[in-house]
Amino acid sequence: MRFDLDSAMGLHEQALYLRARRSSVLASNLANADTPNYKARDLDFQSALRSAAGMETGNSVNVATTDAGHLGGLGGDVGDMLYRQPLQPSLDGNTVDAQIEKVKFAENALQYQASLQFLGAKFHNLMLAIKGE
Amino acid sequence: MSLLGVFDVAGSAMSAQSIRLNTVSSNLANADTASSSTDRTYRSRQPVFATAMQAFSDDPSHAGVRVTGIVESKEELRMRYEPSHPMANENGYIYLPNVNVVEEMANMISASRSYQNNVEAMNTSKQLLQATLRLGQ
Repeated sequence: MRFDLDSAMGLHEQALYLRARRSSVLASNLANADTPNYKARDLDFQSALRSAAGMETGNSVNVATTDAGHLGGLGGDVGDMLYRQPLQPSLDGNTVDAQIEKVKFAENALQYQASLQFLGAKFHNLMLAIKGE
Repeated sequence: MSLLGVFDVAGSAMSAQSIRLNTVSSNLANADTASSSTDRTYRSRQPVFATAMQAFSDDPSHAGVRVTGIVESKEELRMRYEPSHPMANENGYIYLPNVNVVEEMANMISASRSYQNNVEAMNTSKQLLQATLRLGQ
């Protein structure tokens, strides 16, 4: 049976990467809560994961690889980043709502930990298979 | 690694907020420093924040904060008739800074809350990174 580690880990590796990316986007929002004209951003996680998993090539702007020697780009794509619709934009043009961002950040952190658990379980299963106990 | 970028982003915001706290404390400390002429009177100082896009990495998801400068308030100075004051000018007036103490207190609380938010974001990322390091153990 053919085995490769990438497919054994499934989607969780990409999910973890995107969760980390989303946490830095949300941290940027929190950091710029008092910056005039800053517009809060967020990651559309589902479509980002879909494009990361190669299920959809719609809005991703990954580097095209036309030669075997080319390296594919990792992340850095802006296509999946969206501006948040403000509920109550402030006079200085800032659209960050610190409460909303905090909630999203906590939520994202939990989901990151969930992905970690899934990955951990995969490793555990692999170890079981290797040891054969 | 995106999670490490959170440290840069939150750190830049914390430093910006602490500059804001510094200006608040300068303003409050000098709220009552009288002088005899308008050009020698302390004026309320306010930091100007701007987004620092891609200051730490090429990743567009990292947007830190940068203090582009500190501006002095253009508001009118307070003038008070107090001939017995040692700093009074020949007409008996002293000039007092245009610091709005109530505004500064609100500013201080806002700055400290924002600082706390960033500390929290940093702590959470630290815990996530530590959990990541323990992966597979």
